[in-house]
Amino acid sequence: MESADLKLDGNALGGLLGEIFVSEMTVARSTCAACGAVREVGALAVYAQAPGTVVRCPGCDAVLLRIARGEGRIWLELRGVSCLELRTGS
Amino acid sequence: MARTAVLGRLGAAAPIAWRLAELVELVPETPRVASLLLSVPGWPGHTAGQHVDVRLTAQDGYQAQRSYSIAAPAESERVVLTVERLEDGEVSPFLVDDLRAGDRFELRGPIGGYFVWDEGSGGPLQLVAGGSGVVPLMAMLRHRAAVGSDVPATLLYSARSPEEVIYREELDRLGGGDGGPQVVYTLTRERPSGWTGYDRRIDGEMLAEVFGRPDADAMAFVCGPTRFVEVAADGLVALGYDPSRVRTERFGPSGRS
Repeated sequence: MESADLKLDGNALGGLLGEIFVSEMTVARSTCAACGAVREVGALAVYAQAPGTVVRCPGCDAVLLRIARGEGRIWLELRGVSCLELRTGS
Repeated sequence: MARTAVLGRLGAAAPIAWRLAELVELVPETPRVASLLLSVPGWPGHTAGQHVDVRLTAQDGYQAQRSYSIAAPAESERVVLTVERLEDGEVSPFLVDDLRAGDRFELRGPIGGYFVWDEGSGGPLQLVAGGSGVVPLMAMLRHRAAVGSDVPATLLYSARSPEEVIYREELDRLGGGDGGPQVVYTLTRERPSGWTGYDRRIDGEMLAEVFGRPDADAMAFVCGPTRFVEVAADGLVALGYDPSRVRTERFGPSGRS
């Protein structure tokens, strides 16, 4: 099976990111640190088959964020995101 | 005091908590698909297109978690999940075969604000479904009907055979009604005798015939297996649809197990 078959959308991250953030994260806008593209999290490419979850820019394929969980903890690496814009609801 | 107030407010705002859902009724849809009508105390309401996470815990503590789209429109008090049983699945065989009325399991939601539609989102509404990918799109069509929306809507639904078409009667009823959506099927493996509709996997030509050139306000939602979604989304963009208005929900190579 090719990795293209395993791709999901950022929409699939809603539950996991909902454990971390109070905002609805699938409509948060992230800026790719590599190519500068700004997209809603729901439109990002997600690979959830690894031990952790890897999120890539659908434009340039750079890794935007990585999430791992276990032992009652969550690790969130945001190195590939230069800006995350959240809705505050007010 | 102040600290308590802040924590309380954050707690109230936390969007998703695990809740206990109770099965009220199981409705068979096709030989492999059933709809679960659930009572979920404390359910905050939802928007068409959202999903829930379901978590099952074995006696030894092993947990399996999957996402399922909500089939019910925003107007429904019940949470309705339509689940396809996958033979090698960890979660779906339990939900479709083993669960009995009154049984309870954990879910959290509603989840997602991206792959959603309500009448305020406008349209025309262009929907492309592959197999059980029809579920969140059905929630949108049910919501559209419930509010009497006159936003034009079209559903292109790819299924392997007529018996695998989920919601067939309801779709035909909705499609045949005044102001109802246009419903177009393509049957990729088995077709009834005399079938004059599409008989192949979706492609650019089919998308062009069904959806045509995009209206500037068109909203497209595509849901299905990963490869299906890629073909449909790329095809719509090639027709001139704004990529930011073509929203996709891939459910991976094997569906939602």
